[in-house]
Amino acid sequence: MNSVERLIHMANQIATNLATDSAPVAAVADHIQAFWDPRMKKMIIAHGTDGLSPVAAAAISLLADAQNGG
Amino acid sequence: MTYQPQKDFGTPESRSDETVSLTIDGRNITVPAGTSVMRAAAEQGTSIPKLCATDSVKSYGSCRLCLVEIDGRRGTPASCTTPVEPGMVVRTQTPQLAKLRKGVMELYISDHPLDCLTCAANGDCELQDQAGAVGLRDVRYDVQATHLGQEKDHSNPYFDFDPSKCIACSRCIRACDEVQGTLALTMEGRGWDSKISAGLASDNFLGSECVSCGACVQACPTATLVEKKVVEVGTPERSVVTTCAYCGVGCTFRAEMRGEQLVRMVPYKDGKANRGHSCVKGRFAWGYAQHQERILKPMIRKSISDPWREVEWDEAFAYTASELKRISEKYGRNALGGITSSRCTNEETFLVQKLVRAGFGNNNVDTCARVCHSPTGYGLKTTFGTSAGTQDFDSVEDSDVILIIGANPTDGHPVFASRMKRRLRGQDGRPGAKLIVIDPRRTDIVRSPHIEAQHHLPLRPGTNVAVLTAMAHVIVTEGLANEAFIRERCDWDEYSHWAEFVSQARNSPENLQPVTLVDAEELRAAARLYATGGNGAIYYGLGVTEHSQGSSTVMAIANLAMATGNIGRRGVGVNPLRGQNNVQGACDMGSFPHELAGYRHISDNAARSLFENDWGVTLNPEPGLRIPNMLDAAVDGVFKALYCQGEDILQSDPNTAHVSAGLAAMECVIVHDLFLNETANYAHIFLPGSTFLEKNGTFTNAERRIQPVRKVMTPMNGLEDWEVTQKLAQAMGLDWNYSHPSEIMDEIARLTPTFAGVSFARLDEVGSLQWPVNADAPDGSPIMHIDGFVRGKGKFVVTDYVPTDEKTGPRFPLLLTTGRILSQYNVGAQTRRTENVAWHPEDLLEIHPVDAEDRGVKSGDWVKLASRAGETTLRANVTDRVAPGVVYTTFHHAVTQANVVTTDYSDWATNCPEYKVTAVQISASNGPTEWQEEYEALSARSRRVETGIAAE
Repeated sequence: MNSVERLIHMANQIATNLATDSAPVAAVADHIQAFWDPRMKKMIIAHGTDGLSPVAAAAISLLADAQNGG
Repeated sequence: MTYQPQKDFGTPESRSDETVSLTIDGRNITVPAGTSVMRAAAEQGTSIPKLCATDSVKSYGSCRLCLVEIDGRRGTPASCTTPVEPGMVVRTQTPQLAKLRKGVMELYISDHPLDCLTCAANGDCELQDQAGAVGLRDVRYDVQATHLGQEKDHSNPYFDFDPSKCIACSRCIRACDEVQGTLALTMEGRGWDSKISAGLASDNFLGSECVSCGACVQACPTATLVEKKVVEVGTPERSVVTTCAYCGVGCTFRAEMRGEQLVRMVPYKDGKANRGHSCVKGRFAWGYAQHQERILKPMIRKSISDPWREVEWDEAFAYTASELKRISEKYGRNALGGITSSRCTNEETFLVQKLVRAGFGNNNVDTCARVCHSPTGYGLKTTFGTSAGTQDFDSVEDSDVILIIGANPTDGHPVFASRMKRRLRGQDGRPGAKLIVIDPRRTDIVRSPHIEAQHHLPLRPGTNVAVLTAMAHVIVTEGLANEAFIRERCDWDEYSHWAEFVSQARNSPENLQPVTLVDAEELRAAARLYATGGNGAIYYGLGVTEHSQGSSTVMAIANLAMATGNIGRRGVGVNPLRGQNNVQGACDMGSFPHELAGYRHISDNAARSLFENDWGVTLNPEPGLRIPNMLDAAVDGVFKALYCQGEDILQSDPNTAHVSAGLAAMECVIVHDLFLNETANYAHIFLPGSTFLEKNGTFTNAERRIQPVRKVMTPMNGLEDWEVTQKLAQAMGLDWNYSHPSEIMDEIARLTPTFAGVSFARLDEVGSLQWPVNADAPDGSPIMHIDGFVRGKGKFVVTDYVPTDEKTGPRFPLLLTTGRILSQYNVGAQTRRTENVAWHPEDLLEIHPVDAEDRGVKSGDWVKLASRAGETTLRANVTDRVAPGVVYTTFHHAVTQANVVTTDYSDWATNCPEYKVTAVQISASNGPTEWQEEYEALSARSRRVETGIAAE
């Protein structure tokens, strides 16, 4: 796995494990915000949603919006 | 201080709340009911002669030396077996007693060598002392037959057994039985033929079941069992109380010294973690501290293909600082990072993370707890509000049911395991606690002398969450949950949501049995026992955390404890058994990239500004890189410099090929260690470290106990480790001026609310403190969450079982799980450089007979162990301790490098590696793998040190 592939794997893993949360998209976004370093966040945002599960993809979009001041 | 043996009260302390008053030699004394007359006398300072009694074991009454006279009683009862009674009047010194004692001693001495002057125990021998105490001046017997001249047993690497000096008091046997719980020793023969024997008559100490804990040596009143080092060096002249540097139990020892030479480490009776007990590592395996392979001079090199060049400290610091500055300027400050170690003190760890945050200017600091207990931090903080275990070790004495999951305490945490076994055996008519073990292997605690688990659930590796959810299913659906506790202490809505989830039919033991391979009825019985058996305590280890669902498993454990009300009092709780000595402390000290000391997130403005104001810097509010992220970033070419203190990530971290690729991609790897470890093969700067004997500081053990580490000798490398970090910081332009680690602790206390009341002075005064230590708990907190959870309401978290992505298949049909063994420690850097190799000279692969037969493998055969990540070779040990389909090995030896095989799958929440599940195949082998050969050549090349003398 290269670094982007690993980040995709990690994001999907987080999404799968937080699937039973009452607000999974926000929970995934919060988790990544709290534990990933800025470069990792930038990389996954730049990568887009390819290979991401729907919850992970939505969470990354949420993060992207937040980074863009949205 | 001059040498004084630890005071021996003769018999164990009574825990009774009732007191009894009596008179001994005309003086009144009040003691707890159940105290022996011998102990009562000792407590008032009266020393009754004794030989077979010692306060670590129950009274025995065999030596007849401790006789006393008691008003109204006939004869002369033994004071060790006579409990005190109200109004009792005791005399310990009368002409009649003196005559009797002298007669007894005369018999003992008639069959004992009179070589006191040349005996190893000369001056530290109870037999010698008692002969003096009773005034023995002459032995009248013309003895024809004696036990003298018997062959000594030198087989144990650390102590000798000389049966000629044995007085058959049985203290060693009783210590092995009662203190250690191994029951390796016995009295062979009867009467005149009585002889202490380790196992069968044909066994010697090394070949027997003896685990070399040292309890027998400690208990022996003569030189029958004596440390080889005492034989070699002589008896100690002073002692210093300090803390062991091995596992997370954190035993207190007396370092007994002659000058600056360590003679022996003796477990300290007042140590609150170990209560006077020890294991083979802490007691004996400290020879690495003076090992010839220790590096004592700093070394540098431009490239890892160059030989090392020894330099003075000043040049090393200047060069290191210039390299870090160069890289920071060229690649940006985020290209730098550091790794703290759970083998280092709190103060050292605190300084390394401070250097990274305040000096490097980023949060790229992580600790080796990343690869062991980071899921504990996440899981317990989420559910309870504190990233730590809930109990002290003493708590186990009040447990009725002990549930061990993913831990092997007799190997990993042996001193606590002995205390646990004592509770499991029962004592003084009190029945033993019941035991549930959830582990893929039949670990020793499942079945050992006088111990048998009521339930062993040998699950398929990787299915912890499924097993715990199934247990929760049983507890909820059978109405065994403690709803009163939950309503009072937890969020009821969250509980209801969780209860609804676990109650689903898909989470029943029967439905999950095909996944977990655990018999549903057995699992139901185990769940019922935990929920209804009284005080239930859970102990867990890396078999819980080192999985892709490590954090979920920790939360599933917390859910079970809350659902059954097993939190907030003695005897219960959730207890992570920490791997290394200062895992808890390293985590407490802000070693994680997202957290400041005291587990406050770096984005927390209030917490961050506290540090910013104190340190006079601006801190980055974003989390930094974790160890695996650092390695990824290095491979990507953006992470270029690493300061690694006291860790050997090349050997200990998963997927060695990836670790080495990351290290090789860096321009400046700084290894600060005792030895040229495996990581140092890729290092450009080597800063020699100091051992725990050579520095001051504190370690925090698995029960949150902060304990002093005291310097007993001058650092051979010239500097304590905190001084090395400080001088590096100074070379980088930071204005650090600590003159003693106590000042670092003062800073920690100033910035960390849970440490507010901690100081070296306070620790000197009370011995140890369990955090939180603050205004609410000035004496510390042995038990947490007593009146409520730290986070407010306990949080139930739904933990759905998610299978790991590491799958078995036709190419890799077996599951490898890894662990450790009693005699070795972690990557073996310390223990491999001691005589402990006598017990474990190499890593072995445990394989079930069925799997072995399928592959034509016999015990002792070399086999190739291959996974999708890599392959290595090692020898096989065919055993039904592992289930079919599962193989197991340790990672103590660099030659094997078990982590060549492990993958970089990791815990979803923390990136803790999934060491415990790797799909592998085994095949016959006739030699080392290509990797092993290449690596051996690289190691040899990389460890060259320039020997030429530079011209003036």
